Amino acid sequence: MAQFRICPDTGFYFDKSAESLMKANAVAGAVALLVAGIMALGVVLTRWQEVHLLPADMFYQVLTAHGINALIFWIIFFEMAILYFASSTLLRTRLAAPGWAWTGFALMLVGAVMNNVAVFQGNSSVMMTSYVPMQAEPHFYLGLILFAVGALIAVFVFFGTLVIAKEDNTYEGSIPLVTFGALTAAIIAVFTIACGAIILVPTFLWSIGYINHIDSAMYRIIWWGLGHSSQQINVAAHVAVWYLIVGVLFGARPMSEKVSRAAFLLYIFFLQLASAHHILVDPGVSSEWKVFNTSYAMYLAVLASMIHGLTIPGAMEVAQRGKGLTKGLFEWLRKAPWGNPVFSGFFISLFTFGFIGGITGVVMGTEQINLIIHNTIYVPAHFHATVVTGTTLTFMALTYLLIPLLFRRALFLPTMAKWQPYVFGGGMTLMVLFMLGAGTLGVSRRHWDMDFTGAMLSFEYPGTAYMMMAVGAIGGVLGVVGGAMYLIVTVGSLLFGKKLEESAGLLQSFGAPLAAGVYNVEQPERLLMAPKQPVEEHGDGGFEAPGTFVLAMALLVCFVVYYFINWDYLASVWHIS
Amino acid sequence: MTSFLPPSDRIWWNVPVGKQEIVWIGIALVWCLIMFFMMPYWHIYGKQNLSNEAYQTTPAKFQVEVDAMVEKYQVGEEAGIPIVRPPAGSDVYLLGRLWQWYPILELESGQSYRIHLTSMDWQHGFSLQPVNINLQVLPGYEMVFNMTPDKAGDYAIVCNEYCGIGHHTMLGKIIVTEK
Ligand code: HEM
Ligand SMILES: [Cu+2]
Ligand SMILES: [Cu+2]
Repeated sequence: MAQFRICPDTGFYFDKSAESLMKANAVAGAVALLVAGIMALGVVLTRWQEVHLLPADMFYQVLTAHGINALIFWIIFFEMAILYFASSTLLRTRLAAPGWAWTGFALMLVGAVMNNVAVFQGNSSVMMTSYVPMQAEPHFYLGLILFAVGALIAVFVFFGTLVIAKEDNTYEGSIPLVTFGALTAAIIAVFTIACGAIILVPTFLWSIGYINHIDSAMYRIIWWGLGHSSQQINVAAHVAVWYLIVGVLFGARPMSEKVSRAAFLLYIFFLQLASAHHILVDPGVSSEWKVFNTSYAMYLAVLASMIHGLTIPGAMEVAQRGKGLTKGLFEWLRKAPWGNPVFSGFFISLFTFGFIGGITGVVMGTEQINLIIHNTIYVPAHFHATVVTGTTLTFMALTYLLIPLLFRRALFLPTMAKWQPYVFGGGMTLMVLFMLGAGTLGVSRRHWDMDFTGAMLSFEYPGTAYMMMAVGAIGGVLGVVGGAMYLIVTVGSLLFGKKLEESAGLLQSFGAPLAAGVYNVEQPERLLMAPKQPVEEHGDGGFEAPGTFVLAMALLVCFVVYYFINWDYLASVWHIS
Repeated sequence: MTSFLPPSDRIWWNVPVGKQEIVWIGIALVWCLIMFFMMPYWHIYGKQNLSNEAYQTTPAKFQVEVDAMVEKYQVGEEAGIPIVRPPAGSDVYLLGRLWQWYPILELESGQSYRIHLTSMDWQHGFSLQPVNINLQVLPGYEMVFNMTPDKAGDYAIVCNEYCGIGHHTMLGKIIVTEK
C-alpha cells in the first residue's frame, strides 16, 4: 500500500492524503481571497471620497465580508496547507488521522460558507470584530465557531503527524527549522482558538437569547486574545515560509539554529496578553496593566521579529556569498533572481513587513501614542503592511513555488507571474503609505463618508486628507489588480498549465491525488541531517553577512526616528491626565 | 545545509552564535528596553496620559448627570443640541448614542476639565478633530480624565468606532473660547 510519491524536481516525498489536503486547503483559501478581493475593490472605491461607490449599508456589509474572508478564511485555509506541508512533507512521514483532517476541512468549509451567507443576507454587518452589543445573526457566530473547531482539528492532526514522525524515526536529529516555525504557529493557534471559543460561544448563545448580557470591555479583552494572537500565528507562519524560501532558492542554512529557534520561542512566551495593545484607550484597564502587557517590560516579541529580520536575509547573504557573489556589500542582493516571483514576492514582503508593518505596529502599540492613532485609518494601513504585503504576499510567493510540486503543472502566463509581486506589493505599499498619512490627519477607519453627509453638525477634513485617501485608493486598486493577477496565474496553472505529469488533470486541481502509479513509495528514505558547512567571514569586522547588517541598521535608524517623531506629535496635542 | 532539513549538528544548541547576531541582538534589546522605558517616563514627565479612572455605570444613571449639567450650565443650542458651558475645573458629562454626541461643550482654553465619557448603547469612538485624540467609548463604562484645551476654536468629535448605518453622521462639537 504505497502512499508516497517522490517529487522528481525536488526530492520531496508527498503523502497521498496530506497532498490532497494541501491542495484542497489552498484552493479553498484562494476562493476566499477572490471574494475578499472583490470586496476590497468596493471598499477602496468607496473610501476614495471622489468616487464614493457604494451606499452606506452596502459599504459596511462589504467591509465586513472583506475583513473576514481575507484575514480569517484566506489566511487560515492557507496556513493549514502549510502545516501539512511542514509536517508530513518536510519530515517524510504519513499524515496522522487523514479522516480527522478531512473532517476539520469540511467543518472549516461549512463554517466559512455559513458566515458568508449571514453577512450577505445583510443583517450581520458587524465587522470582523463583531463588538457587542451590536448583534449579528446567530449563524454569523456559528459559522466562525465551526470554522475554528475545524482549524483546531487540523492543528491537532499536525501535532499527531509530528509524533508519528518521531515514533517512526523518519528523520535524524531535530526537526527542521521550518517545521519548528510551523510548530510555533500551531501552538499559538491552540491558544488563539481557545480565546475564540471563550468569547464567541457565549456571544452565539446571546444572539439566540440564552444569555442576556455580554460585557463590552470583557468582550474586547478576550476577543483580542483571539484577534491579536491570530496575527502572531500569521507572523510565525510566514517567517517559517521565509526560511523555507531562502532554503529552497539559495540552499541557505540558518545562521544559527539556536538563535532562530529561540526567536520563535519568544513568540510563544511573550504573546499571551498582547491583546493589550488593542485596548490602550479603553476605560477600565489600568496603565500598569497596559504598559506591562504590551511590552512584557522589554518587547521580547518585537525583539524576536528583529532577530528574524536579520537572520533570514543574513542566511541568504551567506549562501549567495558562498557562491561567489562577494563584491561590495550588496552584490548578493543585486544579483538575486528578481525575475522569479518566488524570490521577489518573498523579498518585498520581508522588506515591507519590517520597514512599514513592524515599525508602525510598535509605534501605535505604545500606550500613550495610541491616543493619536486608535481607530484611525492608520490602523488598517498598518495591518495591510503586515498581513497583506507581509503574510499574503509571502503565501503568494509560496504558491508559485508549490504549484509545480503539488499540482504537477507549470506556471501559466509566467510573465504575468513575474510582475505580480511588484504590482501587488507596489500597489498595496502605496495604499499603506498614504493611508498611514491620512490616519495621522485623523481620518477614521470603518467610516463611510468623510463629508459626514446628513449629520446635524459639520466638520471638514483638510484637503490633504482627501488627497491621501485618493492616492491610497489608487494604490488599493493596483493591489486588487495584483491580486487578480495572482488568481489568474494560479487558477490558470491548475487548468491550463503545462502538465508535468500525465495525470495532472482537472480533478487534481481540487484535491484529488494524482494517478495511482506515481504513488510508488511505501516508506520514504530516512531524512538525514543537513551536511555540515564551514562558516566564512566577509567584509570588515568579521561579519558573515555585512550587507544584511547594514540593512538592519537602516531599519533601526528608521525605527528610532519615526518612533520619536510620534512622541513629538503626541506632545503637541491637548493635555490629558 | 538548509533551513528545511534537520540541523547539521545534533547538539545544535551548543553551536556558538556568530558575532554579527550577538551584536544585533544586543542593539535590538537595548532599543526594546528604551521603548519600554519611554512609557513609564511619559507617565511621569509627559502631558498626555490617560488616567486610570473608570466606573461602571448605566445609561439611566449617566443620563441624570448629563441632564443636571445641561440644566445648570446651558448657554445656547445648535442643531437641537444644547450648548453647555461648565465652569473650569468642573465635572463635565458627555455621552455618545446612536448617532450623536450630547451635549455640545463650550470650554475655556488653558483650563482643565474633568470629562466623564460613556456610551448609552453600542460602542462608539471619541475622535477629537483636528486635534486627533482618540478614545474608545463603551456602554456600561464611564471613563474619567482631565482634559485641557490649548487653543480657541471649534472642534469636532467624530465617531470612529463603527456603530451602524448612521455612524458617519455621528458628529459632536466642542467650542473652545479664549480665556
Ligand atoms: C487586495 C487588495 C486590498 C485592498 C485594496 C484592501 C483595502 C482595504 C481598506 C481600504 C480597508 C479599510 C476600510 C476602512 O476601515 O474603512 C480594509 C480593511 C481591512 N482589510 Fe483589506 N484590502 C486588501 C486586501 C486585504 C487582505 C489580503 C487582507 C488580509 C489578509 C485584508 C484584511 C483587511 C481587514 C482585516 C480589514 C479590516 C476590516 C474591519 O475594519 O473590520 N485586506 N482593506
Ligand atoms: Cu458611534
Ligand atoms: Cu460610530
